[in-house]
Parts: sequence; C-alpha cells; structure tokens
Amino acid sequence: MAKFEISRRKFLTAAGLGASGIMLSGCDAFDSQLSVGSGLRSFLENANGLTYRAQRLLAGRGALAPEFTEADIRQPQRPNGVTAPDDDVYKGLLANNFADWRLEVTGLVEKPLSLSREQLQNMPSRTQITRHDCVEGWSCIAKWTGTPLSLVLDQAVVKPQARYVMFHCLDTIDRSLSGDIKYYGTIDLIDARHPQTILAYGLNGKPLPVENGAPLRVRVERQLGYKMPKYLYKIELVDGFADVGGGRGGYWEDNGYDWYGGI
Amino acid sequence: MESVARSQSAADPGASASNDKTLIYRQSRWTRLTHWLWAISLFFMLLSGLQIFNARPQLYIGKQSGFDYNNTIFAIGAENSDAGPRGYTEIFGKRFNTTGVLGWSGPAGQETSRAFPSWATIPSYYDLGTARVIHFFFAWILTTTLIVWLVASIVNGHIRRDLAPRLDDLKRLPQDIVDHAKLKFHHTREYNTLQKMAYGGVLFVLLPLMIITGLAMSPSMNSVLPFLNDLLGGRQTARTIHFTVMVLLVAFFVVHILMILAAGPINELRSIITGWYRTDPPAQNDNTAERSA
Repeated sequence: MAKFEISRRKFLTAAGLGASGIMLSGCDAFDSQLSVGSGLRSFLENANGLTYRAQRLLAGRGALAPEFTEADIRQPQRPNGVTAPDDDVYKGLLANNFADWRLEVTGLVEKPLSLSREQLQNMPSRTQITRHDCVEGWSCIAKWTGTPLSLVLDQAVVKPQARYVMFHCLDTIDRSLSGDIKYYGTIDLIDARHPQTILAYGLNGKPLPVENGAPLRVRVERQLGYKMPKYLYKIELVDGFADVGGGRGGYWEDNGYDWYGGI
Repeated sequence: MESVARSQSAADPGASASNDKTLIYRQSRWTRLTHWLWAISLFFMLLSGLQIFNARPQLYIGKQSGFDYNNTIFAIGAENSDAGPRGYTEIFGKRFNTTGVLGWSGPAGQETSRAFPSWATIPSYYDLGTARVIHFFFAWILTTTLIVWLVASIVNGHIRRDLAPRLDDLKRLPQDIVDHAKLKFHHTREYNTLQKMAYGGVLFVLLPLMIITGLAMSPSMNSVLPFLNDLLGGRQTARTIHFTVMVLLVAFFVVHILMILAAGPINELRSIITGWYRTDPPAQNDNTAERSA
C-alpha cells in the first residue's frame, strides 16, 4: 500500500511538471480550438450566457447607467467603425440633408411605421451625458439627444411574440464573396425599452455628425459600443436572428464578439 | 477515499500514517484544488488579458480616455526610426526601446506592430472577441474558486491557523528576510512571515481588487454599482489598476516559482498536489522555537 502511495505521488508530481511544461510552450497551442463554431470555443461562450443572466438579475430592467455633467465633456465623441459610408444610397440621402430619409419600423408589429427625421424630433426627447465604452478598452463622455426607443415601439405596437429589436444600417462594413455586408445588430426588449435607450439624432448639442452615425444611431447605455449601430434606416422586431447574416445577431457577433456586450 | 482517511489521521501531526515523522499532511484538499484552479484560470486570464490590452495598448487616468487631451500614463506602440520600425514602451511620458518584445515583434523579417508579442497572447493572432470569451469564462472560474476557498478556509481553519498574521510574525520578519535573501529555507508546517504576506496579499488584496476593477469596467455593472468607478477614480483608472494588479500577480508568480525551485521543487510540488510535505528533521541540539522561525 505504501509503495502504491509513493508511486502515485511521483506520478502526480510528474503530471504537474508536464502540465506546466505545456503552459510554457508558446501560445499558438490553443489557436486551432478557438475559431468561431469550434467545440471548445462554443463551450467557453456559455460563460457569456451566464454573465447575461447574472447582470440582468442584478441590474433588472430599470437600473440606469451613470450620467455625467457638462464639465465631463472634454473632447468630441470619438468615432469608430465606419465613419464615412461610401454607399450610394447613403450619399444620396446625405446630399439632400436626409430630407428623403425614413426610419422604417417593421417586423412583428401591429402598425408598421415610416418616420421622417422631423417626426422623430417632434416626439418627446431625452438628453443624457453618458460614457461610451468601446470593446477595445477606451471610453469617451458625450451628450446624446434622441427619441426614447420605447416610445417608437409603443407607437408601432409590438406583437407579443417579438423578442429582439434588429437594427439595419446603411453603411457597408465589410465585403464578402456573396456581396457587401451592411452593419446590423440586435438587442433584447429589456434593453430596447430601457429609459436610456434612445434613437439619437443630436450629439453635444448639435445635429449628429456623419462620423458618429447621422442621421440616426441607437444608444444602449448598459452595453459596449458595438451594440449601438449607426446610420439606421430600419428597425425590425424579430423573434430570433438565426437566419440573418451569420446567425449570431450582429455584424461583430458574426465575427466572434459575444451577443451580450454588457461586460 | 484513501486520502480522506489519511487527512483525518494527519490532523494530529504526531499521528502520521507512516512511521516517518518528518512527512506531514500540510495542504488540505480544498487548498490544493483551489490552488490549481487558480493556476489554470490565471494562466488563461493573463494571456487573454494581454490580447485584450493589445486592442487598445494605452492606459489612462480618469473617467475617459484623452484623445484631445493627455491623460495617458502608459503606452506600447511602434514608430519609424532611421534603423527601421521599432517598438517602444512609454511609462509616464518616458519612452523606452522595446523592439522585439513590446510594440514591434515577430519572426525575423515578419515583425508586426503589436503591443504584447504573439507568444504572450491567446490566441496568438489578433482576436479580441475570442480573448474576451476566454477571459470571461475563466473570470467566473476564478471568482467562484475564490469564494469556495474563502468558505472552506474559514470552516477548516486554514485562514486562522496558517494565514492570519500574529505578533510573532512581526518579530520574525527581519530574520525571515535575511533567511530568504540567503536562500536558507526552513521546512515546517507553518508558513513563514513573508509567505503569509505574499499569500495573504494575493488572496485578500490582489485577487479581490482584480475582480472589483474588472466589474468596474462593465457598463452593465456600472448601472448596478454606480459608486464603484467613483471610488476607483473612473473607469479608465479602474482599467489601469486592473493592469497594474496583473503586473503584481505576474511578479508574485515569478517569485513564487523561484522560491519553490530554491526550497526544493519536488517536495513543494508534492505538498500542493498530494498534500504531503517533508519537514526538516528535528536537529539534535536545537530548540523548537528556533526551528519554526
């Protein structure tokens, strides 16, 4: 018995040393296991579902993102992603100062809408000074003015089976063999109806500039920047997103980012 | 099963299962299990964290990142020089050439501009999304393990018996520093003062601070705990603290490994794998107080 004990100890010691050897040998060792759709990566992604449920449990529907003061606005809002869409449709709308632009609200709604900029701006508005957190790690504080998304949803009357709001954008973010890929994204109805979730047309007291998403972008203040699409033209209420794009709920999600960007 | 029986019999150090009185049961299975879960988690969190840092290899002080003003205190980047591209690391405005490791690295002729080199990141290529998946998966493991360890170590007395600092520890500190500097190690059941400070510092200061600053960077958690960033000095300061704690944990790891190598790696590893540890044989004309110093 004692003999077995010693050999087991020796074995465990050797195994420990072996494992630390693997750890010290270059970090391309894991590369092949980590592409989108691979088994190991999909397993690790479960943690994001856990984060989503935990944060929804803690933050609930109404907890507000911190708001700041005018003194905290120290610089222009840093733009990211596409900053000057090269799409003909977009350039045509821009040339006319978006007079012909409409926001379509479609999908699982009782009353589909087509709203002009004036109609949106004539609805009650909300102005908030919030911090934009990019997934890359930087932050920038700015003042956003827009129409609460919940008011638009109420006007369109969301059908009970709707689960997500899908944002369709005018800008081409990527090109693939099957054609241009326009930016798109989805959020759940909890964030869609959150009081700080606005369809923003104003930035720092001025009309929203092109680089920040003119004529309209969404602000989802409890999530990271990639969850706030710019250059909006259509809001679609859906019960799932598996059949759109790569099926992961957004352009960046299709490229490996987590669907939930609250962390 | 067998180790359960042995762990109970070994609770009394005098009643060792074998006749060998110098072999003692030093580390409970909770300590061993959580130690290795942390080792694995911290390994993956470090390498995925460096990948995440590479997406924005600057650290700032305050609520936001200064683009039109300067609140950058640390940066890694690449720049052109007469001798070609070179990597640099800038700390508090002072720039150091770190070509080959930080800022500009890769196989000869195929160097690229990247903050931390590919051997130090997971994945080895640039992939922020995947690094985040790995980082947050192990963040859950690390945090859960810390809570499990805390509960187990309160219940089994590990914290009170082995980690809680005593007046004696303070008295022993000067001698302990001298002993470590001379690489003179005493193999006893108890941790020495520097060990208590190092382990206690990691478990009660660094890891909790890592978790808190990590949560402070989450926009959703900011809506739950809005005061967190106010306490820490803003989200970008929280990110800077998060990075600094990483550096301290890496420093701890390096010293930890060096001490294990110096104190006898087989014996040290055996105790954290099986729990059993070979203590120094009692010296003939030595008193106990001296031995446990």
